[in-house]
Amino acid sequence: MKTVYCSILGFGAIGQGVAEVLLMKKEYLERIGLEVKVVAVVDSKGATVNPEGVDLADCLARKKTDGTVALENLSGVDVIRSIPHDLVLETTPTNILTGGAGLQNMLAAFQTGKDVITSNKGPLTLKYRELIETAKAAGSHFRFEATVGGSMPIVNLANEVLAGNRIKSIKGILNGTCNYILTRMLEERASYNDILAESMQLGIAETDPTYDVEGIDTACKLVILANAIFGLDVTYNDVEVTGITKVTPEALEMAYERGHVIKLIGEVSRERIHVAPRLVPINHPLAVGGTLNVASVDTELAGEITVTGKGAGPIETASAILSDLVAIYGTDR
Amino acid sequence: MRVSMDIELKDVPGQMLLALQPLSECKANLITVVHHHQKRTPRKTVPVKLVLETRPESIETIKAKLEENGIRVVRVGEHRFRESINVVLIGHVVHTGIQDTIDEIDKTGFAEVVDLSLSMPGINMLSSALMKIDAVGKEDLQRALSILKKVSAKKDLLMVLPIDIQA
Repeated sequence: MKTVYCSILGFGAIGQGVAEVLLMKKEYLERIGLEVKVVAVVDSKGATVNPEGVDLADCLARKKTDGTVALENLSGVDVIRSIPHDLVLETTPTNILTGGAGLQNMLAAFQTGKDVITSNKGPLTLKYRELIETAKAAGSHFRFEATVGGSMPIVNLANEVLAGNRIKSIKGILNGTCNYILTRMLEERASYNDILAESMQLGIAETDPTYDVEGIDTACKLVILANAIFGLDVTYNDVEVTGITKVTPEALEMAYERGHVIKLIGEVSRERIHVAPRLVPINHPLAVGGTLNVASVDTELAGEITVTGKGAGPIETASAILSDLVAIYGTDR
Repeated sequence: MRVSMDIELKDVPGQMLLALQPLSECKANLITVVHHHQKRTPRKTVPVKLVLETRPESIETIKAKLEENGIRVVRVGEHRFRESINVVLIGHVVHTGIQDTIDEIDKTGFAEVVDLSLSMPGINMLSSALMKIDAVGKEDLQRALSILKKVSAKKDLLMVLPIDIQA
Protein backbone atom coordinates (compact mmCIF):
# COMPACT_ATOMS: atom_id res chain seq x y z
CA MET A 1 0.00 0.00 0.00
CA LYS A 2 1.32 3.38 -0.99
CA THR A 3 0.29 6.32 1.22
CA VAL A 4 -0.23 9.66 -0.50
CA TYR A 5 -0.23 12.62 1.88
CA CYS A 6 -2.11 15.55 0.43
CA SER A 7 -3.67 18.90 1.23
CA ILE A 8 -6.93 20.36 -0.07
CA LEU A 9 -6.46 24.09 -0.64
CA GLY A 10 -9.79 25.80 -1.22
CA PHE A 11 -12.83 24.30 0.47
CA GLY A 12 -15.69 25.75 -1.56
CA ALA A 13 -18.02 23.60 -3.64
CA ILE A 14 -15.21 21.85 -5.52
CA GLY A 15 -12.93 21.29 -2.51
CA GLN A 16 -15.88 19.79 -0.64
CA GLY A 17 -16.68 17.65 -3.71
CA VAL A 18 -13.11 16.35 -3.62
CA ALA A 19 -13.44 15.48 0.09
CA GLU A 20 -16.71 13.65 -0.57
CA VAL A 21 -15.23 11.71 -3.47
CA LEU A 22 -12.16 10.73 -1.42
CA LEU A 23 -14.51 9.37 1.26
CA MET A 24 -16.70 7.60 -1.33
CA LYS A 25 -13.72 6.09 -3.12
CA LYS A 26 -11.65 5.07 -0.08
CA GLU A 27 -12.15 1.35 -0.70
CA TYR A 28 -11.54 1.62 -4.43
CA LEU A 29 -8.29 3.50 -3.80
CA GLU A 30 -7.18 0.84 -1.32
CA ARG A 31 -7.96 -1.88 -3.87
CA ILE A 32 -5.55 -0.22 -6.29
CA GLY A 33 -2.95 0.08 -3.52
CA LEU A 34 -3.46 3.70 -2.52
CA GLU A 35 -4.18 5.22 0.84
CA VAL A 36 -4.90 8.95 0.52
CA LYS A 37 -4.38 10.91 3.73
CA VAL A 38 -5.43 14.56 3.78
CA VAL A 39 -3.07 16.34 6.16
CA ALA A 40 -4.65 19.78 5.80
CA VAL A 41 -7.83 21.41 4.57
CA VAL A 42 -7.63 25.15 3.97
CA ASP A 43 -10.36 27.67 3.23
CA SER A 44 -10.28 31.45 3.04
CA LYS A 45 -10.47 31.78 6.85
CA GLY A 46 -7.84 29.27 7.91
CA ALA A 47 -6.94 25.59 8.15
CA THR A 48 -7.55 22.26 9.81
CA VAL A 49 -4.29 20.37 10.11
CA ASN A 50 -3.32 16.88 11.22
CA PRO A 51 -0.09 15.37 9.90
CA GLU A 52 -1.63 11.90 10.39
CA GLY A 53 -4.74 12.75 8.39
CA VAL A 54 -7.70 15.01 9.17
CA ASP A 55 -11.23 13.66 9.53
CA LEU A 56 -12.81 14.66 6.20
CA ALA A 57 -16.37 13.91 7.31
CA ASP A 58 -15.86 16.24 10.28
CA CYS A 59 -14.43 18.95 8.00
CA LEU A 60 -17.47 18.69 5.71
CA ALA A 61 -19.84 18.88 8.69
CA ARG A 62 -18.07 21.88 10.22
CA LYS A 63 -18.00 23.67 6.88
CA LYS A 64 -21.80 23.25 6.68
CA THR A 65 -22.54 24.41 10.22
CA ASP A 66 -19.80 27.01 10.81
CA GLY A 67 -19.13 28.10 7.22
CA THR A 68 -15.43 27.36 7.69
CA VAL A 69 -12.98 24.61 8.62
CA ALA A 70 -10.57 27.10 10.20
CA LEU A 71 -9.05 25.91 13.48
CA GLU A 72 -5.64 27.42 12.85
CA ASN A 73 -4.72 30.68 11.23
CA LEU A 74 -2.75 29.19 8.33
CA SER A 75 -2.93 30.00 4.61
CA GLY A 76 -2.41 27.59 1.73
CA VAL A 77 1.21 28.69 1.32
CA ASP A 78 1.80 28.28 5.10
CA VAL A 79 0.50 24.70 4.93
CA ILE A 80 2.61 23.94 1.85
CA ARG A 81 5.76 25.26 3.55
CA SER A 82 5.22 23.85 7.05
CA ILE A 83 3.46 20.48 6.72
CA PRO A 84 5.25 17.68 4.89
CA HIS A 85 3.08 16.12 2.15
CA ASP A 86 3.29 14.84 -1.43
CA LEU A 87 0.38 16.38 -3.24
CA VAL A 88 -1.55 19.66 -3.29
CA LEU A 89 -5.17 19.46 -4.46
CA GLU A 90 -5.62 23.07 -5.50
CA THR A 91 -9.32 24.00 -5.68
CA THR A 92 -9.32 27.72 -4.83
CA PRO A 93 -11.56 30.00 -6.94
CA THR A 94 -10.39 31.14 -10.37
CA ASN A 95 -8.93 34.62 -10.69
CA ILE A 96 -7.84 35.35 -14.24
CA LEU A 97 -6.48 38.82 -13.52
CA THR A 98 -3.83 37.96 -10.92
CA GLY A 99 -3.98 34.18 -10.63
CA GLY A 100 -5.14 34.67 -7.03
CA ALA A 101 -4.16 32.40 -4.15
CA GLY A 102 -4.04 29.50 -6.64
CA LEU A 103 -0.96 30.83 -8.41
CA GLN A 104 0.92 31.37 -5.12
CA ASN A 105 -0.11 27.91 -3.90
CA MET A 106 1.02 26.18 -7.08
CA LEU A 107 4.39 27.92 -7.22
CA ALA A 108 5.02 27.25 -3.51
CA ALA A 109 4.04 23.60 -4.00
CA PHE A 110 6.54 23.13 -6.84
CA GLN A 111 9.25 25.01 -4.95
CA THR A 112 8.87 22.49 -2.12
CA GLY A 113 8.83 19.53 -4.52
CA LYS A 114 5.13 18.71 -4.27
CA ASP A 115 2.83 17.47 -7.00
CA VAL A 116 -0.22 19.57 -7.92
CA ILE A 117 -3.64 18.64 -9.23
CA THR A 118 -5.93 21.60 -9.84
CA SER A 119 -9.36 22.68 -11.03
CA ASN A 120 -8.31 26.34 -11.02
CA LYS A 121 -8.07 27.91 -14.49
CA GLY A 122 -6.69 31.31 -13.47
CA PRO A 123 -3.01 30.45 -12.92
CA LEU A 124 -2.91 28.26 -16.04
CA THR A 125 -4.45 30.99 -18.17
CA LEU A 126 -1.95 33.59 -16.96
CA LYS A 127 1.28 31.72 -16.31
CA TYR A 128 1.12 28.36 -18.04
CA ARG A 129 4.71 28.30 -19.22
CA GLU A 130 6.14 29.41 -15.88
CA LEU A 131 4.11 26.82 -13.98
CA ILE A 132 5.08 23.97 -16.31
CA GLU A 133 8.74 24.91 -16.18
CA THR A 134 8.74 25.29 -12.39
CA ALA A 135 7.03 21.89 -12.03
CA LYS A 136 9.50 20.31 -14.43
CA ALA A 137 12.54 21.79 -12.66
CA ALA A 138 11.22 20.45 -9.34
CA GLY A 139 10.42 17.04 -10.82
CA SER A 140 6.79 17.53 -9.76
CA HIS A 141 3.70 16.16 -11.44
CA PHE A 142 1.22 18.81 -12.55
CA ARG A 143 -2.21 17.78 -13.77
CA PHE A 144 -5.27 19.89 -14.51
CA GLU A 145 -7.93 17.85 -16.31
CA ALA A 146 -10.62 19.47 -14.14
CA THR A 147 -9.85 22.97 -15.47
CA VAL A 148 -11.48 22.29 -18.85
CA GLY A 149 -14.90 20.71 -19.27
CA GLY A 150 -15.37 19.50 -15.67
CA SER A 151 -15.88 15.75 -15.76
CA MET A 152 -15.49 15.59 -19.54
CA PRO A 153 -12.04 14.25 -20.40
CA ILE A 154 -10.23 16.47 -22.86
CA VAL A 155 -6.66 17.36 -21.82
CA ASN A 156 -5.76 13.78 -20.93
CA LEU A 157 -7.80 12.45 -23.85
CA ALA A 158 -5.77 14.44 -26.35
CA ASN A 159 -2.37 14.08 -24.65
CA GLU A 160 -2.53 10.50 -23.38
CA VAL A 161 -5.37 8.43 -24.83
CA LEU A 162 -4.78 9.82 -28.33
CA ALA A 163 -0.99 9.92 -27.90
CA GLY A 164 0.86 9.83 -31.21
CA ASN A 165 -1.91 11.64 -33.06
CA ARG A 166 -1.25 15.17 -34.20
CA ILE A 167 -4.23 17.17 -32.97
CA LYS A 168 -5.40 19.50 -35.74
CA SER A 169 -8.15 21.36 -33.93
CA ILE A 170 -10.54 21.19 -31.01
CA LYS A 171 -13.95 22.82 -31.09
CA GLY A 172 -16.84 22.59 -28.74
CA ILE A 173 -19.07 23.96 -26.03
CA LEU A 174 -16.94 24.56 -22.94
CA ASN A 175 -19.34 26.60 -20.81
CA GLY A 176 -22.45 24.95 -19.38
CA THR A 177 -24.05 28.24 -18.30
CA CYS A 178 -24.10 29.63 -21.85
CA ASN A 179 -25.34 26.33 -23.19
CA TYR A 180 -28.16 26.31 -20.65
CA ILE A 181 -29.17 29.90 -21.45
CA LEU A 182 -29.22 29.36 -25.24
CA THR A 183 -31.06 26.03 -24.89
CA ARG A 184 -33.74 27.53 -22.64
CA MET A 185 -34.13 30.69 -24.75
CA LEU A 186 -35.05 28.51 -27.72
CA GLU A 187 -37.33 26.21 -25.69
CA GLU A 188 -39.22 29.04 -24.02
CA ARG A 189 -38.85 31.65 -26.76
CA ALA A 190 -37.79 33.87 -23.87
CA SER A 191 -35.36 36.77 -23.83
CA TYR A 192 -31.75 36.51 -22.77
CA ASN A 193 -32.43 38.54 -19.60
CA ASP A 194 -35.39 36.35 -18.53
CA ILE A 195 -33.42 33.12 -18.90
CA LEU A 196 -30.36 34.64 -17.27
CA ALA A 197 -32.54 35.44 -14.24
CA GLU A 198 -33.83 31.85 -14.23
CA SER A 199 -30.25 30.51 -14.44
CA MET A 200 -29.23 32.64 -11.46
CA GLN A 201 -32.17 31.35 -9.41
CA LEU A 202 -31.16 27.78 -10.22
CA GLY A 203 -27.53 28.49 -9.34
CA ILE A 204 -26.45 27.72 -12.92
CA ALA A 205 -25.27 31.30 -13.50
CA GLU A 206 -23.24 33.29 -10.98
CA THR A 207 -24.55 36.58 -9.53
CA ASP A 208 -22.02 38.29 -11.79
CA PRO A 209 -22.41 36.23 -14.97
CA THR A 210 -20.01 38.35 -17.08
CA TYR A 211 -17.25 35.79 -16.99
CA ASP A 212 -19.49 33.09 -18.49
CA VAL A 213 -21.79 34.98 -20.85
CA GLU A 214 -19.12 37.19 -22.40
CA GLY A 215 -17.18 34.10 -23.43
CA ILE A 216 -14.24 34.79 -21.06
CA ASP A 217 -14.50 31.41 -19.31
CA THR A 218 -14.55 29.60 -22.67
CA ALA A 219 -11.57 31.66 -23.84
CA CYS A 220 -9.56 30.74 -20.71
CA LYS A 221 -10.24 27.06 -21.31
CA LEU A 222 -9.10 27.44 -24.92
CA VAL A 223 -5.89 29.07 -23.69
CA ILE A 224 -5.23 26.02 -21.48
CA LEU A 225 -5.92 23.65 -24.40
CA ALA A 226 -3.75 25.73 -26.74
CA ASN A 227 -0.82 25.61 -24.32
CA ALA A 228 -1.24 22.07 -23.00
CA ILE A 229 -2.22 20.27 -26.21
CA PHE A 230 -0.97 22.41 -29.09
CA GLY A 231 2.26 23.43 -27.37
CA LEU A 232 1.57 27.13 -27.95
CA ASP A 233 2.53 29.91 -25.58
CA VAL A 234 -0.60 32.07 -25.53
CA THR A 235 -2.68 34.03 -23.03
CA TYR A 236 -6.23 35.34 -22.92
CA ASN A 237 -5.27 38.33 -25.10
CA ASP A 238 -4.58 36.00 -28.02
CA VAL A 239 -8.22 34.89 -28.17
CA GLU A 240 -10.91 36.57 -30.30
CA VAL A 241 -13.96 36.56 -28.04
CA THR A 242 -17.66 37.26 -28.65
CA GLY A 243 -20.22 36.32 -26.01
CA ILE A 244 -23.92 35.45 -26.12
CA THR A 245 -25.51 38.58 -24.61
CA LYS A 246 -26.78 39.82 -27.99
CA VAL A 247 -28.42 36.55 -29.05
CA THR A 248 -32.19 36.95 -29.41
CA PRO A 249 -34.95 34.32 -29.14
CA GLU A 250 -36.03 35.34 -32.67
CA ALA A 251 -32.59 34.52 -34.06
CA LEU A 252 -32.66 31.15 -32.29
CA GLU A 253 -36.09 30.43 -33.72
CA MET A 254 -35.23 31.41 -37.29
CA ALA A 255 -32.09 29.31 -37.16
CA TYR A 256 -34.05 26.38 -35.75
CA GLU A 257 -36.60 26.60 -38.57
CA ARG A 258 -33.70 26.06 -40.94
CA GLY A 259 -32.34 23.13 -38.99
CA HIS A 260 -29.77 24.92 -36.81
CA VAL A 261 -29.22 25.79 -33.17
CA ILE A 262 -27.01 28.65 -31.97
CA LYS A 263 -24.24 27.60 -29.57
CA LEU A 264 -21.29 29.42 -28.03
CA ILE A 265 -18.45 27.55 -29.73
CA GLY A 266 -14.81 27.69 -28.71
CA GLU A 267 -12.31 26.70 -31.35
CA VAL A 268 -8.56 26.21 -31.08
CA SER A 269 -5.92 25.22 -33.62
CA ARG A 270 -2.31 26.24 -34.22
CA GLU A 271 -3.58 29.06 -36.42
CA ARG A 272 -6.28 30.66 -34.32
CA ILE A 273 -8.20 30.71 -31.05
CA HIS A 274 -11.73 31.93 -31.30
CA VAL A 275 -14.96 32.07 -29.25
CA ALA A 276 -18.28 33.12 -30.82
CA PRO A 277 -21.90 32.09 -31.17
CA ARG A 278 -22.17 29.78 -34.19
CA LEU A 279 -24.89 28.05 -36.18
CA VAL A 280 -24.72 24.31 -35.52
CA PRO A 281 -26.89 21.81 -37.48
CA ILE A 282 -29.35 20.17 -35.08
CA ASN A 283 -28.07 16.68 -35.90
CA HIS A 284 -24.39 17.73 -35.45
CA PRO A 285 -22.46 15.99 -32.63
CA LEU A 286 -21.79 19.41 -31.03
CA ALA A 287 -25.52 20.26 -30.82
CA VAL A 288 -25.96 19.12 -27.20
CA GLY A 289 -28.43 20.91 -24.92
CA GLY A 290 -28.85 21.90 -21.29
CA THR A 291 -25.71 22.47 -19.25
CA LEU A 292 -23.69 19.83 -21.11
CA ASN A 293 -20.21 20.45 -22.42
CA VAL A 294 -18.96 18.84 -25.61
CA ALA A 295 -15.72 18.83 -27.59
CA SER A 296 -14.68 17.46 -30.95
CA VAL A 297 -11.01 16.69 -31.32
CA ASP A 298 -9.89 16.57 -34.94
CA THR A 299 -6.91 14.24 -35.12
CA GLU A 300 -4.47 13.27 -37.81
CA LEU A 301 -4.90 9.49 -37.57
CA ALA A 302 -8.08 8.84 -35.64
CA GLY A 303 -10.22 11.44 -37.42
CA GLU A 304 -12.77 13.26 -35.36
CA ILE A 305 -13.44 12.15 -31.76
CA THR A 306 -16.27 13.77 -29.83
CA VAL A 307 -16.77 13.67 -26.06
CA THR A 308 -19.58 15.14 -24.04
CA GLY A 309 -20.27 15.39 -20.33
CA LYS A 310 -21.16 17.54 -17.37
CA GLY A 311 -18.97 20.62 -17.43
CA ALA A 312 -19.51 21.68 -13.84
CA GLY A 313 -20.69 20.43 -10.47
CA PRO A 314 -18.58 19.54 -7.41
CA ILE A 315 -18.71 15.75 -7.73
CA GLU A 316 -18.23 15.82 -11.51
CA THR A 317 -15.21 18.10 -11.22
CA ALA A 318 -13.86 15.96 -8.37
CA SER A 319 -14.13 12.98 -10.73
CA ALA A 320 -11.55 14.62 -13.01
CA ILE A 321 -9.32 15.38 -9.99
CA LEU A 322 -9.58 11.75 -8.82
CA SER A 323 -8.62 10.49 -12.28
CA ASP A 324 -5.54 12.74 -12.22
CA LEU A 325 -4.63 11.42 -8.76
CA VAL A 326 -4.90 7.81 -9.90
CA ALA A 327 -2.91 8.67 -13.04
CA ILE A 328 -0.01 9.95 -10.89
CA TYR A 329 0.06 7.43 -8.04
CA GLY A 330 -1.95 4.39 -9.12
CA THR A 331 0.21 1.54 -10.33
CA ASP A 332 -1.89 -1.53 -9.66
CA ARG A 333 -5.19 -0.89 -11.41
CA MET B 1 -18.41 27.11 -64.42
CA ARG B 2 -20.82 24.35 -63.55
CA VAL B 3 -23.34 23.29 -66.20
CA SER B 4 -26.18 20.80 -66.13
CA MET B 5 -27.13 19.08 -69.37
CA ASP B 6 -30.08 16.86 -70.25
CA ILE B 7 -29.24 14.49 -73.10
CA GLU B 8 -30.95 11.49 -74.72
CA LEU B 9 -29.18 8.28 -75.70
CA LYS B 10 -30.35 5.67 -78.20
CA ASP B 11 -31.25 2.40 -76.48
CA VAL B 12 -28.34 0.45 -77.99
CA PRO B 13 -24.97 -0.52 -76.44
CA GLY B 14 -22.04 1.88 -76.54
CA GLN B 15 -24.04 5.10 -76.37
CA MET B 16 -22.67 6.30 -73.02
CA LEU B 17 -19.13 6.18 -74.37
CA LEU B 18 -20.22 8.39 -77.29
CA ALA B 19 -21.67 10.83 -74.79
CA LEU B 20 -18.59 10.98 -72.58
CA GLN B 21 -15.95 11.23 -75.34
CA PRO B 22 -16.72 14.88 -76.23
CA LEU B 23 -16.47 15.85 -72.55
CA SER B 24 -13.08 14.26 -72.25
CA GLU B 25 -11.88 15.86 -75.51
CA CYS B 26 -12.92 19.30 -74.24
CA LYS B 27 -11.35 18.64 -70.82
CA ALA B 28 -14.68 19.06 -69.04
CA ASN B 29 -14.85 17.67 -65.53
CA LEU B 30 -17.81 15.35 -65.07
CA ILE B 31 -19.42 15.85 -61.65
CA THR B 32 -22.49 13.58 -61.83
CA VAL B 33 -24.23 11.31 -64.31
CA VAL B 34 -27.80 10.19 -63.66
CA HIS B 35 -28.75 7.49 -66.17
CA HIS B 36 -32.50 6.84 -66.16
CA HIS B 37 -32.30 3.23 -67.44
CA GLN B 38 -35.91 2.44 -66.76
CA LYS B 39 -37.33 5.56 -68.43
CA ARG B 40 -37.99 6.05 -72.13
CA THR B 41 -38.85 9.26 -73.92
CA PRO B 42 -41.63 9.26 -76.53
CA ARG B 43 -38.74 9.00 -79.02
CA LYS B 44 -37.73 5.68 -77.33
CA THR B 45 -34.48 7.23 -76.16
CA VAL B 46 -33.00 6.99 -72.62
CA PRO B 47 -32.79 10.29 -70.72
CA VAL B 48 -29.49 11.11 -69.00
CA LYS B 49 -28.70 14.08 -66.81
CA LEU B 50 -25.09 15.30 -66.63
CA VAL B 51 -23.51 17.91 -64.40
CA LEU B 52 -20.09 19.05 -65.52
CA GLU B 53 -17.57 21.74 -64.89
CA THR B 54 -16.06 23.43 -67.89
CA ARG B 55 -14.97 26.71 -69.37
CA PRO B 56 -17.93 28.74 -70.72
CA GLU B 57 -16.40 28.82 -74.24
CA SER B 58 -16.34 25.00 -74.43
CA ILE B 59 -20.07 24.53 -73.98
CA GLU B 60 -21.00 25.09 -77.63
CA THR B 61 -18.19 22.76 -78.81
CA ILE B 62 -19.32 20.02 -76.41
CA LYS B 63 -22.89 20.40 -77.62
CA ALA B 64 -21.86 20.21 -81.29
CA LYS B 65 -19.65 17.15 -80.71
CA LEU B 66 -22.44 15.35 -78.81
CA GLU B 67 -24.82 16.01 -81.69
CA GLU B 68 -22.19 14.77 -84.18
CA ASN B 69 -22.16 11.53 -82.19
CA GLY B 70 -25.92 11.24 -82.65
CA ILE B 71 -26.80 12.33 -79.14
CA ARG B 72 -29.68 14.69 -78.66
CA VAL B 73 -29.00 17.61 -76.31
CA VAL B 74 -32.35 18.62 -74.84
CA ARG B 75 -31.32 21.33 -72.39
CA VAL B 76 -28.22 23.14 -71.20
CA GLY B 77 -28.48 25.08 -67.96
CA GLU B 78 -25.93 27.09 -66.10
CA HIS B 79 -25.43 26.47 -62.39
CA ARG B 80 -23.87 29.74 -61.53
CA PHE B 81 -23.90 29.48 -57.76
CA ARG B 82 -22.49 26.37 -56.15
CA GLU B 83 -22.02 27.46 -52.58
CA SER B 84 -24.70 28.53 -50.19
CA ILE B 85 -24.83 29.37 -46.50
CA ASN B 86 -27.12 30.79 -43.87
CA VAL B 87 -25.89 33.68 -41.72
CA VAL B 88 -27.66 35.25 -38.75
CA LEU B 89 -27.30 38.96 -38.06
CA ILE B 90 -28.44 40.43 -34.75
CA GLY B 91 -28.59 44.12 -33.83
CA HIS B 92 -30.24 47.15 -35.32
CA VAL B 93 -30.35 45.30 -38.62
CA VAL B 94 -33.05 47.43 -40.24
CA HIS B 95 -32.22 50.88 -38.89
CA THR B 96 -28.60 50.56 -39.97
CA GLY B 97 -29.83 49.98 -43.54
CA ILE B 98 -30.56 46.40 -44.47
CA GLN B 99 -30.75 47.29 -48.17
CA ASP B 100 -27.22 48.63 -47.98
CA THR B 101 -26.04 45.44 -46.25
CA ILE B 102 -27.59 43.34 -49.03
CA ASP B 103 -26.21 45.63 -51.75
CA GLU B 104 -22.67 45.21 -50.40
CA ILE B 105 -22.96 41.47 -51.14
CA ASP B 106 -25.00 41.68 -54.34
CA LYS B 107 -22.72 44.21 -56.03
CA THR B 108 -19.75 41.83 -55.84
CA GLY B 109 -21.07 39.88 -58.83
CA PHE B 110 -19.83 36.62 -57.27
CA ALA B 111 -22.33 36.38 -54.42
CA GLU B 112 -25.95 37.24 -53.78
CA VAL B 113 -28.38 37.42 -50.89
CA VAL B 114 -31.11 35.05 -52.10
CA ASP B 115 -33.33 34.79 -49.04
CA LEU B 116 -34.00 36.92 -45.98
CA SER B 117 -36.08 36.36 -42.85
CA LEU B 118 -36.45 39.26 -40.51
CA SER B 119 -37.81 39.68 -37.02
CA MET B 120 -38.30 43.07 -35.37
CA PRO B 121 -39.93 42.42 -31.98
CA GLY B 122 -40.21 46.09 -31.02
CA ILE B 123 -38.78 49.58 -31.22
CA ASN B 124 -35.47 49.80 -29.34
CA MET B 125 -35.20 46.01 -29.27
CA LEU B 126 -32.61 44.08 -31.21
CA SER B 127 -33.74 42.78 -34.59
CA SER B 128 -32.65 39.48 -36.03
CA ALA B 129 -32.15 38.51 -39.65
CA LEU B 130 -31.37 35.21 -41.25
CA MET B 131 -29.76 35.63 -44.64
CA LYS B 132 -29.08 32.98 -47.22
CA ILE B 133 -26.10 33.86 -49.37
CA ASP B 134 -25.21 32.03 -52.59
CA ALA B 135 -21.77 32.36 -54.14
CA VAL B 136 -20.00 31.11 -57.24
CA GLY B 137 -17.37 29.10 -55.33
CA LYS B 138 -15.94 28.49 -51.87
CA GLU B 139 -13.39 31.30 -52.11
CA ASP B 140 -16.04 33.72 -53.32
CA LEU B 141 -18.19 32.76 -50.36
CA GLN B 142 -15.30 33.53 -47.98
CA ARG B 143 -14.78 36.88 -49.73
CA ALA B 144 -18.49 37.69 -49.39
CA LEU B 145 -18.35 36.80 -45.70
CA SER B 146 -15.32 39.05 -45.17
CA ILE B 147 -17.31 41.91 -46.68
CA LEU B 148 -20.29 41.09 -44.46
CA LYS B 149 -17.98 40.92 -41.44
CA LYS B 150 -16.72 44.45 -42.11
CA VAL B 151 -20.25 45.75 -42.68
CA SER B 152 -21.44 44.05 -39.45
CA ALA B 153 -18.57 45.53 -37.43
CA LYS B 154 -19.35 48.99 -38.79
CA LYS B 155 -23.05 48.61 -37.96
CA ASP B 156 -22.39 46.91 -34.61
CA LEU B 157 -24.22 43.74 -35.67
CA LEU B 158 -23.48 40.30 -34.24
CA MET B 159 -22.79 37.94 -37.12
CA VAL B 160 -23.42 34.26 -36.37
CA LEU B 161 -21.73 31.97 -38.88
CA PRO B 162 -22.15 28.23 -39.45
CA ILE B 163 -19.71 26.10 -37.50
CA ASP B 164 -18.02 24.64 -40.59
CA ILE B 165 -17.09 28.06 -41.99
CA GLN B 166 -13.85 29.68 -40.98
CA ALA B 167 -15.03 32.69 -38.98
